[in-house]
Amino acid sequence: MPAASTPYLRLAGISKSFGGVKALSDIDWDVRPGEIHCLVGENGCGKSTLIKTVAGVHAPDPGGVVLIDGEPVLPLNPAKARALGVQVIFQDLALFPNLSVAENIAIERHLNRPAVPVSQARMRALALATLQRLDFPLDPDKALSELSVSERQIVAICRGLAAKARLIFMDEPTASLTRAEVRRLLSIVQKLKADGIAVVFVSHRLEEVVEIAERVTVFRDGRKVGTWPAAEVDQARIISLMTGMDIFHGVVARDMTKAPPLLEVEGLSRAGEYRDINLTIRAGEVVGLTGLLGAGRTELALSLFGMTRPDSGRIKLDGQVLNLTSNRAALKAGIAYVSEDRLSLGLVLRQSIAANAVLAVIDRMKNGLGLVGEGRRRALADDWVKRLAIKIPGLDKPVQTLSGGNQQRVVLAKWLAAKPRLLILDSPTVGVDIKNKKGIYDIVAALAREGVGILLISDEVIETFATCDRVLHMRQGRIVGEAVPGQVSEQALEAEIYA
Amino acid sequence: MHEQSTFLSRLQRRPEAWLLAVILLAGLALSLASPTFLTLPNIVDLLESYAVQAIMALGLFVVLVSGGIDISFAATASVAQYVAAAMAAYAGLPPLVCIGAGLLIGVALGLLNAALIHYVRITSIIATIATMSVYFSFLMYVTGGRSIYNLPDWWTDRITFYETETTSGDLVRITLPIVALLVAALLTWLLMTRSKVGRQLYAMGGNPEAARRIGINIAGMQFFAYGFLGFMSAAAGLLQAHRVGESVPNALYGNELAVLSAAVLGGASLTGGIGTVPGVLLGIVLLAMLQNGLNLLGVSSYFFQIVIGLVILISTSITVLSARQRRRRRPIGEALNV
Ligand SMILES: Nc1ncnc2c1ncn2[C@@H]1O[C@H](COP(=O)(O)OP(=O)(O)OP(=O)(O)O)[C@@H](O)[C@H]1O
Ligand SMILES: [Mg+2]
Repeated sequence: MPAASTPYLRLAGISKSFGGVKALSDIDWDVRPGEIHCLVGENGCGKSTLIKTVAGVHAPDPGGVVLIDGEPVLPLNPAKARALGVQVIFQDLALFPNLSVAENIAIERHLNRPAVPVSQARMRALALATLQRLDFPLDPDKALSELSVSERQIVAICRGLAAKARLIFMDEPTASLTRAEVRRLLSIVQKLKADGIAVVFVSHRLEEVVEIAERVTVFRDGRKVGTWPAAEVDQARIISLMTGMDIFHGVVARDMTKAPPLLEVEGLSRAGEYRDINLTIRAGEVVGLTGLLGAGRTELALSLFGMTRPDSGRIKLDGQVLNLTSNRAALKAGIAYVSEDRLSLGLVLRQSIAANAVLAVIDRMKNGLGLVGEGRRRALADDWVKRLAIKIPGLDKPVQTLSGGNQQRVVLAKWLAAKPRLLILDSPTVGVDIKNKKGIYDIVAALAREGVGILLISDEVIETFATCDRVLHMRQGRIVGEAVPGQVSEQALEAEIYA
Repeated sequence: MHEQSTFLSRLQRRPEAWLLAVILLAGLALSLASPTFLTLPNIVDLLESYAVQAIMALGLFVVLVSGGIDISFAATASVAQYVAAAMAAYAGLPPLVCIGAGLLIGVALGLLNAALIHYVRITSIIATIATMSVYFSFLMYVTGGRSIYNLPDWWTDRITFYETETTSGDLVRITLPIVALLVAALLTWLLMTRSKVGRQLYAMGGNPEAARRIGINIAGMQFFAYGFLGFMSAAAGLLQAHRVGESVPNALYGNELAVLSAAVLGGASLTGGIGTVPGVLLGIVLLAMLQNGLNLLGVSSYFFQIVIGLVILISTSITVLSARQRRRRRPIGEALNV
C-alpha cells in the first residue's frame, strides 16, 4: 500500500472502561483502504473491545473521535457501522443455520434495500456473484447446517462482502481451523485486499500474522504499544513487544518408564471414531496426542471421560477396569476433561466466576444438610483464581465479561478444583496468548510433579514438544506413531502429520 | 462427509414429501374401510369444516417460524367472535363495523402477547398460557357463558362461489370458508416467501442473536408475528360463527393442541426458523383425515387426542435428536474433505 493514501478508518483518543476496568486507554490507530492489518496482544489487552467499539457495539468513553473516510461518525450503532462499510466476522459467525447459503449471504444486503422485492433468484445470483469474487466453489442451495466451520466462515465473509463491506474485522478466525483451512482463509484475505477491502486480523498464531500482515499493531494492557510495517518485525520481536519473554525454550522430556501405570487403554474401538487404541499413561507423565483435526482425538477423549461408550476394549485406572457409564462416573474415578469447545461445553456464561469455578466439585462441597456454603465456595474459587493468575474484575462477575483467554483459565480452574488423577486437556491453549500459554504449561508441569497423569491434545507440535514426555500421533482413528521430544525433531513429526 | 445426510435430517428437510405419501396411504386405507371417504363431497366437506382450524394454523405457523409459540389464539378467536357477535346482534351495527372490530380485537390481543414476550421477557409459552387463561376466563365471566343465537342474516347466510353436481347426484359447493382458507393460505405464503418481513422472520427464528446483529428489528418482527396470528385467529373466529350460525363462547376453546400439532406435522419446527405453508396445509389435511377416518371407524375421540399429543412429542424429539447427531458428526472428517 502506498503510505500516502488517506486512512479509511481513524481513531484518536479512544478509551473504553467497564466499571473499574479500563479496557482501552487513549488509542490512536488507523486502517488504510485495502490493507491487511494484524492486531496482536495478550489475552484481555483489549483487541475484541476495540473491534466492538468500531462496530458500534460498545460506545467509547466521551472524548475520543472515530473518523471514517475523514468524517466523524460517533455516536455509532451496529446498523450505522455496517452502513459505513464496517463488518465484523465474530467467532460465533452469527449465521442462520435454518437458511440456505444463498439466503445467508444475501439477507443483509436485501435488508438494506427496502425497495427491492425478495426473490430466490435474485438472492441466488447475488450469492453466486459474491462467491465468485472469492473464487470459492460452494453450492448456494446447500443448507448452512451442512457446511463445515471453515465453509461457514467464508459464508459470513461473503455476507459482509455482499453488504458492501470496506473493512472486515476477523476476531481470531483461525482458532478452530485446520492448517489447510487456514491456508484457504489466508488466500481469501489476499483476494479481499485485491478488491480494495481492508482486513483487520486478530490472531494469537504469530506465524500467520507475520506471513500475511502488511502492518502489525501491538496492544498491551489496553494501550497501543505501536504499529509497524510487517517487514520490520518478526515473531520474536512481536513476542518481546507483547510480553518481553521467551517461551519455547526446550523443556526436556523425562523418562517415566519407572513410574507406575495410571491409565491403561487396551484395544479400544468405537465405530466411525477410533479403532484399536492401546496406550498407557503413567502417574506424573505428560503424554501428547497430536494429529489432524478429525483424526479422532477428541472422540477418544470423550470416551475416556465417559461421554460416549466404546464398542469394545478396556479402560483401566490403577489396574482396575472402569465401566464409564457417564462423565459423572469418570469424574468420580478421578478423570477430568477440559474440552476444546470452551464456549459451548465448559462454562455457564451468565453465571459468576465463583459459581463456574466450583461447578465440577459441587457434590463434594455439600455440608451435612446437602447445602453448599458460600464461604467455602468463594475460598475455593479464590484459591484457584490466584493459582492460575486469572485476570478478573471480581468473583461475582459473570464469566461472559472475561476476555477469551481468561475464560479458558476459568474452565481449567473448574476441573482442577476436582483434584483429578488423570487430566485430559483438549487444545487448552487455543485462543490463549503467548504469556498465558506459558502459564498453562507451567500448571501442567506442576500437576505432573504432583503425580497427576496428563493427556494433552494439541494441533501444535511445538506445544507438545514443550510440555510432553511422549507424543502420540493419531491418524484416521488410529495411533500411528510415538515420538519422544529430543529424540525426534519437531520438524520430523510435523512432516509425518501433514504427509 | 457433508454430503452424507442421515435419514432423520433428510426427513426433517423435506417433510412435505413424506407427509403427502402418508396422506395418500391413509386416504387409501380409509377409503377401503369406508367407501364414502374418498368421494368429492366428503372431501369438500372436510375442507370446509377444517377451514377454521387451518386459518388458525397458518397464523400460528408464522409465530412458530419467528421462534415463538402461542397457546392463546383460540381464546383470542373466541373473544373477537363474541364481541363482534354482540355488536351485531344486540346493537345492530353494520357488517363492516362488526367485522372490523372483531379483527382489531384479535390484533390487539396478539400485540399484547408480543409486548409481554418482548418487553417483559416472559417465555412465549408461559406468557400465552397465562393470557389464554385470562382472555378466555374473562369472556366466560363477563358473558356468563351465554351463547348468542340471533346473529343477523348477513353473517350467517351461506355464500356459495361455485356449485356443481357429481355423477352420483351429490351437490358439491365451494363456499366462503373454503375461499377464505385459500385466500389466507395465499396471503401467508406470499408473506413468508416473497416479502422482506418473511425473510426476517425466518432469520430471527433461526438465530435471534445473529438477526439482531445484522440489524433486524426484533421487536417489530415479534409484534408483527403475534399480531398476524391475532388477526388470523379473529378471522377464523368470525368464520366459525358464520358456519354454525351462532356464537358460543367456548366453541373454539380446546382446539389449541390440535392446531399446533397440524403445524408441527407439516414440518414447522418448535424451535423456530423452519416450516412452509404447503406443509401446514398438508398437516391440517392429515389431521382432518385422521379425525374423520377414526370417526367413520367408530374409534373413541380420546384416541385422537392421544395421537395429537404423540405428534408433538415425536416431532420435537426428531428435531432435538437430529441436532444432536449433527453436533456429533461435526468434528470427524472435517480434515478429510479439505
Ligand atoms: N462487557 C464487559 N464488561 C466488563 N468487562 C469487559 C467486558 N468486555 C471486556 N471486558 C474486559 O475488558 C478487557 C479487554 O477484553 P477484550 O475481550 O477486549 O480482550 P482481548 O484482547 O480480545 O483478549 P483475548 O485475546 O483473550 O480475546 C478485559 O479485561 C475484559 O475482562
Ligand atoms: Mg478477544
